[in-house]
Amino acid sequence: MSTLYVPASEDELAELVSRAAGTGERFAIRGGATRGAIGGRAEGSELTTTGLSGITLYEPAEMVIAARAGTPLAEVEAALADKGQMLPFEPMDHRGLLGTEGTPTIGALAAANISGPRRVAAGSARDHLIGIRMVNGRGEIIKSGGRVTKNVTGLDLVKLNAGACGTLGVLTEVTFKVLPRPQSAVTLAARGLAPEGALTALADALATPFEVSAAAYIEAADAEPSMTLVRIEGFSESCAYRSERLSELLAHHGAFAPVGDEEGAKNWRRVGNARDFAAPNCAAVLRVHVAPSKAPSILELAQRLEARVMADWGGGLIWLGLGADASVEAAMAGIAERGGHPMVVRCAADTDWPLIGPGRAVAELGKRVKAAFDPQALFNPGVLAGYL
Amino acid sequence: MTHIQFPIPDMTITDRREEIIAALAGVVPEECLIVATDQMRAFETDALTAYRRMPLAVVLPRSTEEVSAVMACCHAAGVNVVPRGAGTSLAGGAIPQEDAVVIGVSKLNRVLDFDRKSRTITVETGITNVAVSAAVAPEGFFYAPDPSSQLACTIGGNIGMNSGGAHCLKYGVTSNNVLGVKVVLNDGTIIDLGGDAMDVPGLNLLGLLIGSEGQLGIVTEATLRIIPTAEGARPVLFGFDSSEEAGACVAAIIAAGIVPVAMEFMDRPAIEICEAFAKAGYPLDVEAMLIIEVEGSDAEVDASLARIIAIAEAHGVRVIKQSRSALETAQIWKGRKSAFGATGRVADYICMDGTIPTGQLPFVLKRLGEIVAGYGLRVANVFHAGDGNLHPLILFDANDPEDQARAEAAGNDILKLCVEVGGCLTGEHGVGIEKRDLMGFQFTKADLDQQLRVRAAFDPDWRLNPAKVFPLEGRLI
Repeated sequence: MSTLYVPASEDELAELVSRAAGTGERFAIRGGATRGAIGGRAEGSELTTTGLSGITLYEPAEMVIAARAGTPLAEVEAALADKGQMLPFEPMDHRGLLGTEGTPTIGALAAANISGPRRVAAGSARDHLIGIRMVNGRGEIIKSGGRVTKNVTGLDLVKLNAGACGTLGVLTEVTFKVLPRPQSAVTLAARGLAPEGALTALADALATPFEVSAAAYIEAADAEPSMTLVRIEGFSESCAYRSERLSELLAHHGAFAPVGDEEGAKNWRRVGNARDFAAPNCAAVLRVHVAPSKAPSILELAQRLEARVMADWGGGLIWLGLGADASVEAAMAGIAERGGHPMVVRCAADTDWPLIGPGRAVAELGKRVKAAFDPQALFNPGVLAGYL
Repeated sequence: MTHIQFPIPDMTITDRREEIIAALAGVVPEECLIVATDQMRAFETDALTAYRRMPLAVVLPRSTEEVSAVMACCHAAGVNVVPRGAGTSLAGGAIPQEDAVVIGVSKLNRVLDFDRKSRTITVETGITNVAVSAAVAPEGFFYAPDPSSQLACTIGGNIGMNSGGAHCLKYGVTSNNVLGVKVVLNDGTIIDLGGDAMDVPGLNLLGLLIGSEGQLGIVTEATLRIIPTAEGARPVLFGFDSSEEAGACVAAIIAAGIVPVAMEFMDRPAIEICEAFAKAGYPLDVEAMLIIEVEGSDAEVDASLARIIAIAEAHGVRVIKQSRSALETAQIWKGRKSAFGATGRVADYICMDGTIPTGQLPFVLKRLGEIVAGYGLRVANVFHAGDGNLHPLILFDANDPEDQARAEAAGNDILKLCVEVGGCLTGEHGVGIEKRDLMGFQFTKADLDQQLRVRAAFDPDWRLNPAKVFPLEGRLI
């Protein structure tokens, strides 16, 4: 049984890291441990940020919130909701897909760049992360960015750490830019579109001036026809106008009709949290980032692999659920050939599928950047393997 | 008298000038190489014109491969490189050094790809900011970051400085609008970062590169996010008797759940200067003015403006002027966007660029006025109120060296004030040489050393833009 560290303060964490620098101890960093092994499985003593908790700053009029990394996400979201605001990027909840339990933390959204359906319009977790505090591999407390939106002075270590999955250091505090919660939302759904036509409809919707805030496609399954979904958000009279114009413009693709508020919200949770891909429905689950114009070829590949698919971000994010017989390796190679970036989110056996690395020159740079933060490679060994 | 120090030119480099020029001539054709003093004069400064240095040579390559060959050539010769876009930096980010070769991207100005389905455009980075929007306008799109210098400034420079503009309250700054780049490293290696997809997994070196002020490499191509043009947009102009009221109005609009496309603030001196120049119809009897723009169909704009006007009325607005035509809209914006040029007709000025938490606005404006008055100078304030990005214009007489020294000192005090209230030394102009020596006010030694170590991962020999961003003292790495 490996050790579990729960530092109660930034200073305690810094001291723990400083001590480890001499002992060869390695750390597997986690928050609430609900998101599996994003970026790869880490080895080492478990170090959780849950002892670093609490909102440290919230200025609704400035649209900014800061919290210690281990603060439960629900606490942050409740504070925001209380003032009619929200995290704009609609972060995914991995618990349904992965069958994990526990409490997602705010720090993980930054560390793993966790976004959801609204990302296509509003930007990612990374886009809204404006400040961090962290402990680097030297045991030093470092800050970058700040509490103002235009925050970059010198090198942007904030954006670099967003999505670095804890390989450069342990985030101790994160500051996000937030937005007002829209007064209302209208979801339009068209049933029974074929994949290619659905993707074209989504691209057309996102090219209109009507500020589509989410655009997804759920393929046909069992008795259910496929569903193509677009969402409009804002003040109610404006939503009514825009959704009407949008369904006119999309009419040649299919009948896009409003669904009830509750059904709309349920559908976006279904898309955002990818619950359909939970075991035992799929043996392995891949998440593919791809230019929407290349999405049709990924869907065509999925069909050939008899994989279950769902597209979010207007085709920019594709979920693939493979059956027990399908080869993860072949699927990843096929996706990469078509210009997609695959990431294994869950697989049957307890194997590890690292990201397909970048070219040699970029990997060399990544290694040097890693060493600039964490010269003894104390943090998350094995994570982002091809990049570091 | 100017106060910012440059490193002493390396004589072992300047003595080898002929040899280095010959080497450069071996990798680019004559038309790309500028070595005559009178021709290099166009490159000796940028928009921080108080500082000038004649470079060793200027190279304007025509392709990524040529940039790579020139970088490799400089690397082999041990020569420093100063990257340059259009030279519109207000922070001195593109000012050369006597012992450095300027590599400009201005000949790299083609549109390489437009992908409607992905809503992206791929361009060479010497293209101007406004040309990107112009290229996609017929398709119903635009490129969102819109610095005031957008007619001249390049995408390469925008990426270097992480430029913003009036409209980034809603659409974000450069780093929120770039998906991928092609970069030439200091030894000539060509790499791709990011890509054509959103949030490509892996270590995000792309985000690190944006805003790195030419310290990590030269970006030659970029894939940019483009946004569908709104059905319409219309500003409203508010005049207030105090900046406190204007500031409270901004906060109340956001609290009401409205995020306009732009919220711009001008104080009385700025209003007077801009009105005299642009005849924009600004009220001359108010202490503070807001320009607030919203987007949508006519009916949507009407509804949003009605909401915003009701809030302004609750905050003591004295003058309300709604734009009634495209012409009036253009005039309202012309006044704001020409603020720097108009000020230049009245006096010499330095344009500061700091960011503060918007709640600190009334306090900062008051303190800022006191600081400048304490130096016996005048100031005009224009800034992006939605995100707290200040642009105080400190007026002085460039023919009086002591006046310039006072202006620089006042500017430094203002930037320190920004940091003290929880803000940043820079919003969208970058650090350059201008704020280099103030970095210690915002960052601890550990913070700065971390940045220096990351910098060294890309450019261990400090070949790229070495006089910029980081204090010259204490560069242990």
